[in-house]
Amino acid sequence: MNAELLGVIVMFVATLLLSVPLGRYIAKVYAGDKVWTDAILNPVERLFFKLSRINPAREMNWKQHLIALLTINLVWFLWAMFCLLNQSWLPWNPDHNPSQTPDLAFNTAVSFLVNCNLQDYSGETGASYFTQVFGFMFLQFTSAATGMAAAAIVFNALRDRTTEKLGNFYNYFLKSITRILVPICIIVATLHAFHGTPMTFKGIDTVTSLQGDTMHVSRGPVAAFVAIKHLGTNGGGFYGANSAHPLENPDYFTNTVQMIIQILIPFAMVFAFGYYLRKKRLAWVFWAVMTIGFLCLVIPAINAEIHGNPKIAQMGISQPSGNMEGKEVRFGSYASAFWSIATTVISTGSVNAMHDSFMPISGMNMLLGMMVNSFYGGVGVGFLNFFIYVILAVFMGGLMVGRTPEFMGKKIEAREMKIAMIVALLHPFLILAFTAVASHFTALNTNMGWWFADAAGKHNASGWLNNPSYHGFSEMLYQYTSCSANNGSGFEGLADNNPFWNITAGIVLLFSRFLPIIGPIAIAGLMAGKKFIPESSGTLKTDTGTFGILVFAVKVIIAALAFFPALALGPIAEFFSMK
Amino acid sequence: MSVHKRQQRLFEPALVKEAIGQSIIKLNPRVMVRNPVMFTVEIGTAIMLAVCIWILTGNKDQGSFAYNFSIFLVLFFTLLFANFAEAIAEARGKAQAASLRKTRKDTPAKKIELLGDIFVNEVKIVPSSQLVKGDIFICETGDIIPTDGEIIEGIATIDESAITGESAPVIRESGGDKSSVTGGTKVLSDKIKVKVTTEPGESFLDKMIALVEGASRQKTPNEIALTILLAAFTLIFIIVCVTLKPFGDYANTPITISAFISLFVCLIPTTIGGLLSAIGIAGMDRALRANVIAKSGKAVETAGDVDTLLLDKTGTITIGNRKATNFYPAPNIPMADMVQASVLSSMADETPEGKSIVELGKQSNLDYDAMAQPEVLHKINFSAETRSSGVDLANGKKIRKGAYDAIKKMVTDAGNSFPSETATQVSKIAQNGGTPLVVIQNSQVLGVIELQDIIKPGIQERFDRLRKMGVKTVMVTGDNPLTAKFIAEKAGVDDFIAEAKPEDKMNYIRKEQASGKLVAMMGDGTNDAPALAQADVGVAMNSGTQAAKEAGNMVDLDNDPTKLIEIVEIGKQLLMTRGTLTTFSIANDVAKYFAIVPALFIVSIPTLQGLNIMNLKSPESAILSAVIFNAIIIPLLIPLALKGVAYRPIGASALLRRNLFIYGLGGIILPFIGIKIIDLLVGLFM
Repeated sequence: MNAELLGVIVMFVATLLLSVPLGRYIAKVYAGDKVWTDAILNPVERLFFKLSRINPAREMNWKQHLIALLTINLVWFLWAMFCLLNQSWLPWNPDHNPSQTPDLAFNTAVSFLVNCNLQDYSGETGASYFTQVFGFMFLQFTSAATGMAAAAIVFNALRDRTTEKLGNFYNYFLKSITRILVPICIIVATLHAFHGTPMTFKGIDTVTSLQGDTMHVSRGPVAAFVAIKHLGTNGGGFYGANSAHPLENPDYFTNTVQMIIQILIPFAMVFAFGYYLRKKRLAWVFWAVMTIGFLCLVIPAINAEIHGNPKIAQMGISQPSGNMEGKEVRFGSYASAFWSIATTVISTGSVNAMHDSFMPISGMNMLLGMMVNSFYGGVGVGFLNFFIYVILAVFMGGLMVGRTPEFMGKKIEAREMKIAMIVALLHPFLILAFTAVASHFTALNTNMGWWFADAAGKHNASGWLNNPSYHGFSEMLYQYTSCSANNGSGFEGLADNNPFWNITAGIVLLFSRFLPIIGPIAIAGLMAGKKFIPESSGTLKTDTGTFGILVFAVKVIIAALAFFPALALGPIAEFFSMK
Repeated sequence: MSVHKRQQRLFEPALVKEAIGQSIIKLNPRVMVRNPVMFTVEIGTAIMLAVCIWILTGNKDQGSFAYNFSIFLVLFFTLLFANFAEAIAEARGKAQAASLRKTRKDTPAKKIELLGDIFVNEVKIVPSSQLVKGDIFICETGDIIPTDGEIIEGIATIDESAITGESAPVIRESGGDKSSVTGGTKVLSDKIKVKVTTEPGESFLDKMIALVEGASRQKTPNEIALTILLAAFTLIFIIVCVTLKPFGDYANTPITISAFISLFVCLIPTTIGGLLSAIGIAGMDRALRANVIAKSGKAVETAGDVDTLLLDKTGTITIGNRKATNFYPAPNIPMADMVQASVLSSMADETPEGKSIVELGKQSNLDYDAMAQPEVLHKINFSAETRSSGVDLANGKKIRKGAYDAIKKMVTDAGNSFPSETATQVSKIAQNGGTPLVVIQNSQVLGVIELQDIIKPGIQERFDRLRKMGVKTVMVTGDNPLTAKFIAEKAGVDDFIAEAKPEDKMNYIRKEQASGKLVAMMGDGTNDAPALAQADVGVAMNSGTQAAKEAGNMVDLDNDPTKLIEIVEIGKQLLMTRGTLTTFSIANDVAKYFAIVPALFIVSIPTLQGLNIMNLKSPESAILSAVIFNAIIIPLLIPLALKGVAYRPIGASALLRRNLFIYGLGGIILPFIGIKIIDLLVGLFM
């Protein structure tokens, strides 16, 4: 078999093999069962709770959970803003990077807070080590843990009993960090350090090349950063070039490790759901639905990339390695295509190649991955997004078998439907409405004034596009899709560090992060308070292939129906024009 | 079982005529706004009308007048079709109700006038419409009963065929569980005094008529949830269509207003939006057709969710009553003595069991008439507490017969022993599904009478069907556990309540509900009322007491205990029809996209011809074909909406697979074919 193909298969299978036991471990952690890490970490956690005067045994209802979650997130946002606006004089700034402008700081703080990591700045020049460590890395841990804790609340609420009490938010949150994120990150960071990724607080290094040129090489605590960046599906790179940078992702081995750990928790959360609720079969059905969706996107993308660009082929140039524009030679087109789809179906958004240079089919599939946003999805939140689709599928399926719809023994009624529909509507609304606004300005070439200025100082809106026509449209669509999916990858090619893009993207990020967390927790909380109905042979079975097909169909139809016209004007038109 | 069901053709010409008139009246925006999906279509239609006028007054860039006017017409018909679906369902319901209401004509009532504080038997003839709750009237042979009421005096045979379609007369009498009479039925013999139980216009039938006619129709919780889903889909497509304008501007692709409106109307779920209320009304109508009066649409829907069904054994599972089949004398007791005692003790017993004992006694070879007939001193009626009955004879003999354990207690209390042979016989009878009745004389065991139940033919299949639907059946019987178990197994019910007292039913319902199940039961007696009220679906027999009818949420005009099975199916059908048509409606969008999206952009972006997989003739014909398909699918699906999707008890997963295949996959494929055919036809004219 082709070694490059084998490489991506190994990545996928290894992730699956690691995620099943991790899922069981996560389920035990959230259920409060005994795990092997208790001996070391119990005292640490007790110390945290003692210092913060939190009683982890105090159970909260769903509203108290949300208040806790939103309040603590607000505090972190303020902290991140403080770091970004004051980094020039704060310590650990050996390269004397300036503080960020308020609009960029807003965008950056929000995007790290919401697990997106859009990064309209470049790490080498835009952030001090203090910001990278105490601002970014800190938020990369907490945003991942917020999503995981939210999923844990939903797991708890779906148990077969009637209750208001759904565990303690701080307990879920802290344990997500101490029991899951930190231990794995230590291993991953160590592996990276051994493969050449810098781990230092020293500033820029100067090297003289063989040709005698002087090169300035940025350094920093990169190895630690890369670990949580992927494990927490954050995706924000230490360097501007993200995982395409030779120090951030030195070789095929580190590439494989980064690939595995970014899908690891999204996989494991599905299995954790199965172990936690003793619905292993259902968990596998969910995982299979996600995997089929993933394969539907990744196979055409790999196929398009390895066959190269038809326009170049028409010129008689052979492309033995496939479409290599924007790709790193050390990864090749298989691993890069696999990465590009993986990083968009989950909400990492880190890149090891330039998405702008991918073939239109791959670009469309990256967009689709983010539009569906729950073929695995981000840590914790991916499962929550999936949960919304499950509720919709249960509703349709229940009606189709002639029964008031129910899931996990709880009835799905008007209130749950209302919340589910608001969350389902939000995603297309944010993407389409904001892309429409940007398209409108671009079409009219509006003078944007303060909101936008290109490198030449012109304020015309079309100046933010590097490419005309369909591809330009894809760039704008991609930006808002990436924000709304909390993904953070960029199509690049878009001049996005200006008030217009920073602020609109920041708004999209805030809505698309917190409503899809509030919605599922509210639904699950309402369901938890309902009477439990045992299964009968008239009940719609959810742990079957048929139900899996229904969930898949609901996801595809909603995504396809909402985004088809937009995609037709972007990647689809580009695809046909390249034939 | 009801012999006759009211039949009606789907599209009765008279009803169609009425419905057409109604579909135009229903265009009133104030009526339309209740259906958000169709209301947006109405707005779109109005905009198209404005566009047509704009073109006539000189606009050049919106395309030809003929094309825009065609779109307007198609949209207008889409609205009419949707209104027609609702109107025809209402018309059918009304016709159904009218046939019931015929029984409600003003009939003369023989009202007993109240003079001062005392009743005098002065009978005054008044029109039935003037009777109010609490009035008393009398009915004699040949009279039509003027209104619903409860017999307070007398007994009569009554012809209820006007209501039930059943021609055999029934007996109604005061005091018991069969004291209710219904307006419109006819007294065949005897005379009864009846107290009016409902105010005029407030009887169950009146309420049902109002529900079907739509005046008091409220959306059920499930309908509300579905409306939310449909409204959300409508919103998504508003967003899609509105944002398409700047997208088109960016791509230098002008999009005409007609194209926007067509795209929007095709994408929103008009099919289900247009049929939703028709489905709900048709569900009520089907219940009415099955001679069930539901007090609300919710009750019918809840029936589809029922997990547990409580059924009385007698009349439901077994035919009528038990019959005596054998006498088994105790050791050393002559057969003749045993039979004589049995017959004597049953002479005064008016229950069907008692009568069957007398009958069996007469059939026996003994010369019954030759026996000396001792005088009966007084009789002891059966009571639930003693669970025995009997007679005290003038010659000092006290004969008792009754349930084994009750009699055994009497025997042992009197210091006698209970012969083991008889005990063995008792359990043998019970194991065979019979009911043993032990006969004693002066606390001396004479023997045991075997009573046998006869299970209704075909009942097993019905229970099987219920089991496949996921409904657990529970038999309620006064029999001892052994007998109950035998019959339960033979009939195929899942569980039974033996030796049931009224509160046992109640406790069972509570227990099931506590574990989250929905319970349905049928009852007629006043002592059933609390259980009927407690049950999620309580079906009262029309012959039952007023209390029972008030407590339940449905009334069965046929007094047929197996009716519950039909009600459950009607409820399931209602939900399924909604679900499948919603799926169908949304699945249709895929093909409509492939018709309209290329049509929108093809002129300025020729490469998008690749998306025109149906190879439609021109952008105009493609858009027109899509809206025409969207319109005509509504009337095509009206029969399905009115009849309901066929329910098959094949288990939830198989059912989902089946419906997903037919309405999901079918819903994706069918419009591709339909739109292509329409495009070929439209192409002939363009």
